[in-house]
Formats: sequence, structure tokens, C-alpha cells
Amino acid sequence: MYSTPTRTSLRSSTPTRIDRRAFLALAGGAALAALLPPAPAFALTADQATAHIQRAVDEVYAVINSGNQSAQIYQQFEAILARYADMDVIARTVLGPAARQTPAAELASYTQALQGYIGRKYGRRFREFVGSRVTVTGARPLKSFYAVTSVAQLQGRSPIDVEWHVSDRSGDVRFFNLIIEGINMIASERAEIAAMLAQRRGSVAALTADLRQAG
Amino acid sequence: MRALLLSALIASTALAGCASRPVMQDGIAINDPYEAQNRRVHAFNKALAARLSGPSDEAEAAPPAAAAPGEPIGPGQMLINAGRNLSLPGKAVNGLLQGRPGRAAQNLGRFAINSTVGLGGLFDPAADSFGVTERDTDFGETLAVWGAPEGAYLELPLIGPSTQRDAAGRVVDLLIDPVNHVLSGRDLAAAWGLRIASKAGDRARLAGSVDGVLQQSADSYAQVRLIWLMNRRHELGEERDVFDPYEDEPEVIDPYED
Repeated sequence: MYSTPTRTSLRSSTPTRIDRRAFLALAGGAALAALLPPAPAFALTADQATAHIQRAVDEVYAVINSGNQSAQIYQQFEAILARYADMDVIARTVLGPAARQTPAAELASYTQALQGYIGRKYGRRFREFVGSRVTVTGARPLKSFYAVTSVAQLQGRSPIDVEWHVSDRSGDVRFFNLIIEGINMIASERAEIAAMLAQRRGSVAALTADLRQAG
Repeated sequence: MRALLLSALIASTALAGCASRPVMQDGIAINDPYEAQNRRVHAFNKALAARLSGPSDEAEAAPPAAAAPGEPIGPGQMLINAGRNLSLPGKAVNGLLQGRPGRAAQNLGRFAINSTVGLGGLFDPAADSFGVTERDTDFGETLAVWGAPEGAYLELPLIGPSTQRDAAGRVVDLLIDPVNHVLSGRDLAAAWGLRIASKAGDRARLAGSVDGVLQQSADSYAQVRLIWLMNRRHELGEERDVFDPYEDEPEVIDPYED
């Protein structure tokens, strides 16, 4: 659906005389490039991001259509999350400012509990896509990462847009956010975890215990 | 006791004052000045949904699989199809009002094919054989296209989440729907029955997710509000902020500002 920036620039580079306006635009672009922060060392490409999500989607669909029991399916989803998602960044972002005051060990067990919670909660949502066909449609650069778009086709219904935000800032190619029909996982979980944390008067340990039961 | 009452009064007026302007929550604007009233309606809707959905362990069962193209469909799917088919003329009218004749033609084409070859809309040959899928829309979207602001968030009894713009749209949709003008008496009642049953069937298919959010969230009102607004704005193609946890500064909480 979206072409990569290189492809776009290739298509538009018909041989023309460089006039004054084009020169000024080029100079302006160079000045802008100098102002922007340097590109990260591991530059993720659109193809890498797309391939990562294609693999994740293939595994998700194999699990959904396996005919396994719920508990088994949610465990398999959790395993997929552990391999394809940047759980540390997801967990810290979802927890918000409290993450900075939480000791490392406590943060680690919270992250573990959140992974199980997301595996169950979103595993349940993905099970609704049983029997559907999913297609990875493209990738576009967004801020420091790539947004990989995919579409789930269900009979008799409008296609469902699923967007994956992929980064390699953790050192590995991982997705850190999932947007199903505009519903942003990080935004909704930040609100939910904030409400759960408020119920527990800010205790991350109590939140962790709740998360093990929730989802 | 008196001091408690007084402080409660001060707190509630302070809350009302805060609530009258939209707040930004992770880049998502929440405009909810009627929150207190909305929460009462939410409690009613939630209790009703709990009674309709029955015991919660039913949600654990695997959702019914949507038939793959070419496979025979069950009576439930036929009911959903027929109800949806009747909503197409109204969607075509909205497509025209939005200045999107292509989408209007797509919905009208679907209606023509499925009403005839699809035996009154029970089957969906438009999508299965001709690849003509539905372009879902309503007068709320028409208002958005015309530039009307979204307005305040509302939770409506039975219907659920909405906004002032969408609530107005629902009323107009009743007035401009050709089905309501062409049919009358028992035919119209039958058409409405079919559409409501179709909506209920569609909802039952998503019951696991809907009830999960309603019954299992720590603050189901806030969660439904957020999810619904994000989804609706996505449908309407309205702008949203993108959050980048690797680059963006975590929000600074200023106790003097709150």
C-alpha cells in the first residue's frame, strides 16, 4: 500500500536540468539534514520491519487456527510476544512515571506479569479473526520507527486494519505497539494500568499480583 | 460531617470546572463535560450487558468461525447479512451527501446484487463473487466531512458510546433513510426487526471483547470511552498523535499545574 521512500525517489528522478529553484531546495534539504539528529547506528529498513511482522502474523494465525484450548492458545500468544515484542519498553511505557521509582527486580516481575496479561487479553481479541485471511500490506517510516500495516479480511465485514509499530532501538527488531482499527494498545493499557494502580494505592507489587489474574 | 459535605461540594465544583475543557490523554483528546451523567448511563448499560451475556465463562468458548468464502453459511450469518443489506440505501445516501459518489455506488451496487441474486440479502454474492464490499458510513460521518466539530462525548442508554455530532447524526439517519420512506406498516416493522436482530447478532460475535472490556476493566467507563473515541476517529480518518517511546519525552507531571 505504501511505497518505501527509496522507491518514491527513484521514480521521481527523471533526468532534468538543475535550475535555481531545485538547487535552493537541495541546499535547504542539506541544511535541514544537518539540523536533524544523526541516524541511529542500526538503521532498520522497511523490508526488515515488514518481514518481522510477517513472521509474527504467520505464527499468530497458526496458533488461532490450531484448534487448541484457550489456556494453551494464550500461552502460545505470550511466547510470541516474548519473541517478537519489546516487552521492556511496553511495560515501562504502560506503567508511566511509576516505572522510574520501581526497583529493578519488582519491575522485572511486573513486566513478566504484564506479558501474560497482554497474551491473554489480545490473544482473545485475535481469536475473533479465526478463519480470516490476513495480509501485510506495507511499511512507512514514522518518527524513529516503522509502522507496518496489515489487513484482516473477515467474511461479510469491512476489513480490519491492524498496524504494528516496529523499532530496533532495543538492539533487536521488535514491535512495541499494536493498533487494531485505531485502538492503540499502549494508550488503552496506560489508562487501564493507571486505574489498576490507583485501586492499589500505587503499589506496583499489588498491581503485579492483580495482573497475574487479569486479562 | 458538615466539613465533609463542604469539602465534597468544593471537590465536585472543582471537578465540574476541570471537566468543561478537553483534556489530552496520551495524545488523545477527551472532551467529556457530562462525565457524571455519562457514568450513570454507563452503569445502566453495563448491568444490562451483564444480564444479556449470561455467565461469564461462556466468553471463554471459542468464537464462532466466520465461514471462508465459498463455504455454506449458517442462519445466524444470513440474519446478519439481511439486516446489513437493509442499511445500504441509507449508507448510499450518506455517501452522496459526503461527495463520495464512488462509495455510494458501491453500497448501492451491493444492495442491488444482494437483494436479487442474494435472495433478499440473505447471501452476499456481491462480496463473494464480485468483490463489492460494504463502505460503512452514517450521517455522523457526513457531519464530520462537512466540518462539524465532534462535540462532547456522550454515553447513550442502550446504544452506548457516542458524541454530540454522532448522536445528532443518528437522528438525521432515521429521517433520510430511503427504507423508512419506501416501506410502511408491517413491512417497515419487519425491516426494523431484521436490522436490530442483525446488530444484535454482530454484537454477539464480538461479545467476548466487548464484555471483556466492560466487565474486566478497572475503570470500564474510562476504558470504553478511550477505545471508542480512538476507533471512531480512525473510521473517520481524523488526525491522531503517534507516540514514540524511544524518542518522546515522558510527560512531566507538574503538581502545580494540576
